[in-house]
Amino acid sequence: MNSKAYSLFLKDFKSELRTRYAINALAMFIIVAISVILFSVGNEKISPSLTGGLFWVVIFFTAMSGLSRAFVSEEERGTALTLQLIAAPSTVFSGKLIFNIILVFAMNTIIAILYSAMFEAFIIKNFALFLTSFVFGNIGLAVSSTIIAAIIAKAGAKGTLYPVLSFPILLPLILTSVQLTLFAFDGISFERAKFELAIVVSYDVIMLTASYMLFDFIWKE
Amino acid sequence: MTSYSVEALGLNKSFGRRLIFNDLQFKFDKAGVYGVSGPNGSGKSTLVKIIAGIIGASKGKIVHKLNDKEIVAEKLHNHIGFVSPYLVLYEEFSVYENFNFFAEIRGVKFNKDRIDYLLEKFLLFKRKDELLKTYSSGMKQRVKFIFGLMHSPNLLILDEPTSNLDDEGKNSIFELVQEEGQNSIVLIASNEKSDLELCSDIIYLEKYK
Repeated sequence: MNSKAYSLFLKDFKSELRTRYAINALAMFIIVAISVILFSVGNEKISPSLTGGLFWVVIFFTAMSGLSRAFVSEEERGTALTLQLIAAPSTVFSGKLIFNIILVFAMNTIIAILYSAMFEAFIIKNFALFLTSFVFGNIGLAVSSTIIAAIIAKAGAKGTLYPVLSFPILLPLILTSVQLTLFAFDGISFERAKFELAIVVSYDVIMLTASYMLFDFIWKE
Repeated sequence: MTSYSVEALGLNKSFGRRLIFNDLQFKFDKAGVYGVSGPNGSGKSTLVKIIAGIIGASKGKIVHKLNDKEIVAEKLHNHIGFVSPYLVLYEEFSVYENFNFFAEIRGVKFNKDRIDYLLEKFLLFKRKDELLKTYSSGMKQRVKFIFGLMHSPNLLILDEPTSNLDDEGKNSIFELVQEEGQNSIVLIASNEKSDLELCSDIIYLEKYK
């Protein structure tokens, strides 16, 4: 199953390189969102807590602008039927998930680099904690975004439905990830952050399990 | 010699309150060409999609068996070839790239000899490296036949197989259907008299309302 999912990921990756379906939308959103924040902040110094919050706001809305493409592009082009004819549902979900995980990591790494270069208050004192929360936060974001994309791909008003449906599902993850980012800014130890880390890891496990269980029903009309 | 069978057990499909067909029963257990016919909106495409495992039935079920052993839904796609006008392949890739990806995603070896044979048969070999978006609708229809046949399926489902094809194209499809019908089950969903003339047994959907 893994090699089939990897082949599906490769197909999506090569397709993305040729069509620029998601990359352009994501890149433009990152540039516009960070520019607007910089213009509105001006010369004022913003606190680390606000910087941490704004960091995850940009991540959330960037994900909303690009991650639905994994399934929406297949439905819009009419190729979803082709996928149903060549792969088992679990293969399709795994392939799309690998693509979204890589996209989320690339996108959020760029956002983090831009933030650390442009915002003075974005100083990470406990880098290991930041990295851990970043990794688990990104996995949770990718898993949730992928299964929600599969649900909304068959609906009419996809663009509106995606953030509306994602917000309540991603809220626990985003809130906890903001908290962990602030802990990393404050240099708080792993020991004191273990409760929040446990929430993020549990969220990832629950979402991943639920997604694999539900995907068959979502994928088959 | 492998034996393949497909059987419908009390199949019922409704969309909301609209009944498409009810208590549909059939069994095809020998290689041959079979048909599904009915007026527009009678559920021909719905039935073949249910048989292919793309959509579910409201009641009843379809049982696929290979050598008397039921095939699980997860592996059904490797036994079925499906061709229809609403099937869309990846236009940003060439024909060769499309088939290469399909083989890899199916988890089977890319059978270059078979693909080349089918490309020659459908007069597409010279254009195999061109992007699919440069093909005409008739050529895309022929590519879909190669897609349906590339993995030598036990059950070949053809939904409106001769749409978009000229007379020459139709004749080569009729030849192919008869050839495939020697070793596998070919199911044609169509209203075209010429398509249905190939079938030894036909399901008339208007009888199942």
